[in-house]
Amino acid sequence: MAAQAPRMDGPERDTVRSLLAELWRDRLQPSRPGSGRETPVGRLVHGALFVTATLSAFVTIGIVLVLIFETVEFFRQVPLIDFFGSTKWSALFAEKQFGVWALVWGTGMIALIGLAVAIPLGLMAAVFLSEYAPPRVRAAVKPILEVLAGVPTVVFGYFALLSISPVIRNIFGQDVGIYNALSAGIVVGLMIVPIIASLSEDAMRAVPRSLREGAYALGSTRMEVSLRVVLPAAFSGVVASIILAFSRAVGETMAVTIAGGGNPQFGVDPLEAVQTMTAMIVQLSLGDTPTTSIEFKVLFAVAMTLFVLTLGMNIVAQWVSQRFREEYE
Amino acid sequence: MSRNFFGLMRSSAPPATEAPDAIGSERAAPPPPPTMKQDDAASAGVHLDPNLEAVRHDFTEEVDMALKLRGVSAFYGSFQAIDRMTMPIPRNRVTALIGPSGCGKSTLLRCCNRMNDLIPGARIAGEIEFEGRNLLDPTVDAVDVRRRIGMVFQKPNPFPKSIYENVAFGARINGYSGDMDRLVEDSLRRAALWDEVKDELDKSGLALSGGQQQRLCIARAIAVQPEIILMDEPASALDPVATLKIEDLMRELAEHYTIVVVTHNMQQAGRVSDYTAFLLAGEERVGRLVEFGPTQEIFTNPLDQRTEDYITGRYG
Repeated sequence: MAAQAPRMDGPERDTVRSLLAELWRDRLQPSRPGSGRETPVGRLVHGALFVTATLSAFVTIGIVLVLIFETVEFFRQVPLIDFFGSTKWSALFAEKQFGVWALVWGTGMIALIGLAVAIPLGLMAAVFLSEYAPPRVRAAVKPILEVLAGVPTVVFGYFALLSISPVIRNIFGQDVGIYNALSAGIVVGLMIVPIIASLSEDAMRAVPRSLREGAYALGSTRMEVSLRVVLPAAFSGVVASIILAFSRAVGETMAVTIAGGGNPQFGVDPLEAVQTMTAMIVQLSLGDTPTTSIEFKVLFAVAMTLFVLTLGMNIVAQWVSQRFREEYE
Repeated sequence: MSRNFFGLMRSSAPPATEAPDAIGSERAAPPPPPTMKQDDAASAGVHLDPNLEAVRHDFTEEVDMALKLRGVSAFYGSFQAIDRMTMPIPRNRVTALIGPSGCGKSTLLRCCNRMNDLIPGARIAGEIEFEGRNLLDPTVDAVDVRRRIGMVFQKPNPFPKSIYENVAFGARINGYSGDMDRLVEDSLRRAALWDEVKDELDKSGLALSGGQQQRLCIARAIAVQPEIILMDEPASALDPVATLKIEDLMRELAEHYTIVVVTHNMQQAGRVSDYTAFLLAGEERVGRLVEFGPTQEIFTNPLDQRTEDYITGRYG
């Protein structure tokens, strides 16, 4: 039989209650920021931190608002159908055409060529770093790979012009222009290799050791463990890294402006010069475009298109990495 | 009682080089084995430091040995985890490795299929004879060893794939060309899981309960058709009902496979094993084999005081 709990009655109980209530007020209540005893200096720091934390959010909102405002202005003068319903772009000619697909196509072609280069290179690098490289090699190689992401993109642009284009011309003939989509695409691919390699390697390293051991215990070779267990298990992270890299390729500006040529067109030949959305924005921004002119306003319409595209891809990347996240437990 | 176990075993079983190896003969014979000089090893006494000679019970049962460990030591960097362990693993029996935490049970187990090769800085000395070869020999392919000596881990670790693919995985990578559906079904039946999952083979292996996941891992190991299955505390993460199922399963599997199980649950060792090895780490945390013999002998009539202390729950 259980022992009877001691009972408390009357004033004794009240005392205990009030003690408990006091304890609760003083100790157990979680302190809320901004409440309670804050010194003037504390308040100042608090305020400064709040401003810095919200500043970038306000800047982002401001940019988006400007984009929307100017884009609406543009579409007051140019009907939507002329923008989204055409593949001809000639904003700087007397006969103006604003078919944005020519620019989207140029962007897409260069980004796809970039992915075709970066996915195999990046994934192989990730598999090597995560599964094959001894710790010391990884410690040396990974930072170097990430430094690649810090090289100024203008350098990549001239690298494409001076090193990649001549090779392409040697292969495909001297009548290929020095400015072409293939050269720009390859160099964009090299630029996004670090994104795919680094993020995929993180995802693969996060695969628990126990899964690798399970596969080794069944008589798997290192390659089988890497390609048939670790890579599939890290699938969501790998896909997210590819989508992020793609959105980086789409937003890339300097290298494609230099190496891609300035020829907005809707053709499938990667050896032709093309123009991307970003390169067109550079071209229009460089001249002395009057702020009231239609050429100025179309800048924002194109920028808006670009913004929606990359934002959409980032959302997809997040969705994929959450939707396909594997629970290992 | 015999202090020289291998002397005893030689009289009851033919030397490994001539052993009519039922399972080995079905398979492609391994390339010319660097045969171990068993007699030399025994007579020259590989590491037969008298202080390391564990107490062994005399047993005359006619059993073939699946593995013979001789002077097996393991190191992690400069730390020695186990010291010169010499013991046999009888074929088609359940052998339990018991002892307090940190006595090197798991390390010893992981030496037996070269899993320790995967740990940077790990090193093994000594010999483990498997079908006439020393499986620790660097010329022996560790991948091949692991195909024939499977392993089940402490925490169930199914792949994030379907139940079917989990079981088929090992067979696929080993180039199995037979009827895969049949193999999957057989393996799941042997692991006593078929009836529970036969209608949902496409479901993820991770959707199963812990006990089911562990039986899935056993099915996965069986599907590779190993000769030996090493189990590292296979039931320690499971509830009592699931534990009992795994224990029943071990008894059944012993008809076809040699099983080595690490456990720190003595009741479990008593229930499932035919042979028991008691390991203990001394002051310097180096694991040594104290006593080996038939489980019943170890539990009812231990010869070493330390074994008796452990069995009666005085430490660990």
